[in-house]
Amino acid sequence: MTDTGIGARVVRKEDQRFITGAGNYTDDINLPGQTYAYFLRSPHAHAKLGGIDTKRAEAAPGVLGVFTGADLARDGIGGLICGWMIHSKDGSPMNAGPHPALAQEKVRHVGDHVACVVAETAAQARDAAELIDVDYQELPACVNAADAKSDGAALVHDEIAGNTVYEWEIGDADLTDAAFRDAAHVTRLSIVNNRLIPNAIEPRAAIGCYDAAAGAYTLYTTSQNPHVARLVLSAFIGIAPEHKLRVIAPDVGGGFGSKIFIYAEETVCVWASRHIGRPVKWTGERSESFLADAHGRDHVTQAELALDKAGRITGLRVRTIANMGAYLSTFSSSVPTYLYATLLSGQYNIPAIHASVDAVYTHTAPVDAYRGAGRPEACYVVERLVEAAARELKLDPAELRRRNFITEFPHQTPVIMAYDTGDYGASLDKALELADYAGFAKRKAASEKAGKLRGIGFANYIEACGIAPSAAVGSLGAGVGLWESAEVRVNPTGNIEVLTGSHSHGQGHETTFAQLVSDRFGLPIDQIEIVHGDTDKVQFGMGTYGSRSGPVGMSAIARALDKIEAKAKKIAAHALEASQDDIEIRDGTLSVAGTDKSMAFGEVSLAAYVAHNLPEGMEPGLKETSFYDPANFTFPAGCHICEVEIDPETGVSEIVSWVAVDDFGTIINPNIVEGQVHGGIGQGVGQAMLEACHYDPQSGQLVTGSYMDYCMPRAADLPSYKLAFTTTVCPSNPVGMKGCGEAGAIAAPAAFMNAMTDALGTEDVPMPATPQAVWRTLQGAAPAAAAQ
Amino acid sequence: MPTVSMTVNGKSVSGNVEGRTLLVEFLRRNLRLTGTHVGCDTSQCGACVVHLDGKAVKACTTLALQCEGGDVVTIEGLAANGELHPMQQAFRDNHALQCGFCTPGMVMAAVDLVNRNGKLDEATIRAELEGNLCRCTGYHNIVKAIAAGAKAMS
Repeated sequence: MTDTGIGARVVRKEDQRFITGAGNYTDDINLPGQTYAYFLRSPHAHAKLGGIDTKRAEAAPGVLGVFTGADLARDGIGGLICGWMIHSKDGSPMNAGPHPALAQEKVRHVGDHVACVVAETAAQARDAAELIDVDYQELPACVNAADAKSDGAALVHDEIAGNTVYEWEIGDADLTDAAFRDAAHVTRLSIVNNRLIPNAIEPRAAIGCYDAAAGAYTLYTTSQNPHVARLVLSAFIGIAPEHKLRVIAPDVGGGFGSKIFIYAEETVCVWASRHIGRPVKWTGERSESFLADAHGRDHVTQAELALDKAGRITGLRVRTIANMGAYLSTFSSSVPTYLYATLLSGQYNIPAIHASVDAVYTHTAPVDAYRGAGRPEACYVVERLVEAAARELKLDPAELRRRNFITEFPHQTPVIMAYDTGDYGASLDKALELADYAGFAKRKAASEKAGKLRGIGFANYIEACGIAPSAAVGSLGAGVGLWESAEVRVNPTGNIEVLTGSHSHGQGHETTFAQLVSDRFGLPIDQIEIVHGDTDKVQFGMGTYGSRSGPVGMSAIARALDKIEAKAKKIAAHALEASQDDIEIRDGTLSVAGTDKSMAFGEVSLAAYVAHNLPEGMEPGLKETSFYDPANFTFPAGCHICEVEIDPETGVSEIVSWVAVDDFGTIINPNIVEGQVHGGIGQGVGQAMLEACHYDPQSGQLVTGSYMDYCMPRAADLPSYKLAFTTTVCPSNPVGMKGCGEAGAIAAPAAFMNAMTDALGTEDVPMPATPQAVWRTLQGAAPAAAAQ
Repeated sequence: MPTVSMTVNGKSVSGNVEGRTLLVEFLRRNLRLTGTHVGCDTSQCGACVVHLDGKAVKACTTLALQCEGGDVVTIEGLAANGELHPMQQAFRDNHALQCGFCTPGMVMAAVDLVNRNGKLDEATIRAELEGNLCRCTGYHNIVKAIAAGAKAMS
């Protein structure tokens, strides 16, 4: 291993620009002649649009244009799309209501896009928007998912009865019912997986720019997947053909899923730039992020676990209502189905599983993938059930888990997934040791003496990431393939540019991807540049989400490196008059084994480009491409153990210990992987302890619409974490990697809530377990606790 | 429009601003110093923290006109003679940033909190970071970096 190769703790290459203020985020870009867009948004959850009078706004100082849904329709601009078709259990396709970029006829959630003002300055655009007269005819709203199908519930889309998006199921209902009939014990839980607002710290932004001479558009945007954005804007929304539309996603300040999707704002900015004849820039305000970025989670679930006399799980039955909001966002339909219910087997050998999912429309912001996307919801169901079952059966929760672990691989679950490898016992053992599980009783007693309640909770999570192969996801309804591309360009002087379809918005690809190359050829990492985020530079790519950049993106690079290595060896063998099988590459040198004959990597690349002495029939140059389609998902798994202490007087809880033992397969850079785990846990704890997205159930107003109301985790809310890794190498990709980006967010809510419910002595604690919720629980639980 | 004059990163600057123009807008739009970021509209996230007359302020809640005659240091002005400030170096060494968007404000707030507190324990660092949000790191490495930066600054 070089000191910058696989496994090295290399300090990030990209940090220099970020720590000196030289990052280049979308709002930092200013184009000559740039104008500013402001979006007028609906103040109502549900209203018929009578008329929109834009005359006064058009006459306001600095205003260059005011646009409504009618203008988009006149230009034949199509609506926003959902790219994953789900079929209901009766075989019918999902009901996708129309989603115009600017509202037509109706508004369907607070924050829905009504009109766009473009002006010389941002302040002028905002001022003018106040002069638009909209005739809203207010209608009743349906806000909660659990009410969406009830008689008399307001319809989000008039033509879609019962607000039903789809009624979907997976697994064997009869087999599962039989397991419950024969069960020695059944554990039941009602679970609400709370709605979250993603809140990447960089708000979304876009600059549309039309070049009349070329008849082509450029869109700078805060995207996790610029090529997918171009494809959707081109093929479905109809802005321009792909070769006349360039999408650039420069430095992006966090995504967590919310910047995967193709939104109204970038659509309108790029379209309007042709009408204005100048670049049009929009930068979201945080309030707009709250109202109109796609939200996450929002499930209401009834879950049951069947066990036999020996404490072996025999069946799992799950009924979930998933709130999709007012429109189907880009990948929303896949989240509560194939990204959720397929993970319900957890780490356990469960012979029978059945899940049904009813997805419904409500008059709220669209809900789509947010860090973990379906998998945190699945982990929460399984791990809360297992913990509760252990308590009911008076079994040690670690022991009940161990008794049910899958230990033989590959393992086919009853819900599609075929787990390739893992060692769940190893991560549990390591976590028990690091958490000093044996000493917990003593610590609990000490807390009790001090008037505090102490609890411990487990989450033995599994996730599936790097969704693949493309043919399989296509058969499940995906509108795209989920491969990744890479192009490795070795320049004549031996430095290397890697063009990747992955997109980094905090993941450190400029470092880890370069480590892969450095490792292969023994070249200094400064000689390697990673290029991403520009559709004019990178041929195509599927982008970064679902923890796919490592297992899929880096595998594509590895495949392209295979080709580079093979060609370089051929060139060197020819020049050194040796057999290519005898060529070894080490420390940037290609040498003939057992001799002193060698060529520097740069000499080989120069030979490739001057082409004076190449093997017979070989083309000049040293540049290779790979489109890598994985054979299977990867299955990261691990064990998190959380320990909390609660002050019963105030309901305030403190995380006193957090242990995470994860199996991510091959690790390229432990610093970066640990950082991903830290951040994931932070978001997971945010969900479980602090973050509640709340709409008023009558009016549909977003009550938690700012950082004053929506409680983001701060430094003082979170602990320092104790991390360790156990490793089983992923057999299905050339690097042996599994994904690591979402694991923390998947495991953390279950681990935290298992600890809280342990401390409080009741399963009936809602997320987020804020001090108020805990205090209320304690008041309700007090008599029972006293009776014990 | 009134004119405002101040020193930014050691240079005298002036510009025409509206009464409502915020310091962060003046820095980003007039001076094209885009290292100072805007992450919220309620003065909560701290991505916009700069130093005004030696103290940390949120540039999103400070009017440009309030800074008349003031001495402003932004993230672009923290490194001296091409050498990173010890706090910048500590953030890099400890992998205390991921997407980098909150980083300028974090670093400026961190320098200020070391200036005010001197020696720092973990609980103090965490409490003092109340005005800065990070969504990527879970704060673990930021807290480590500030402790290391504080040591290097002393």
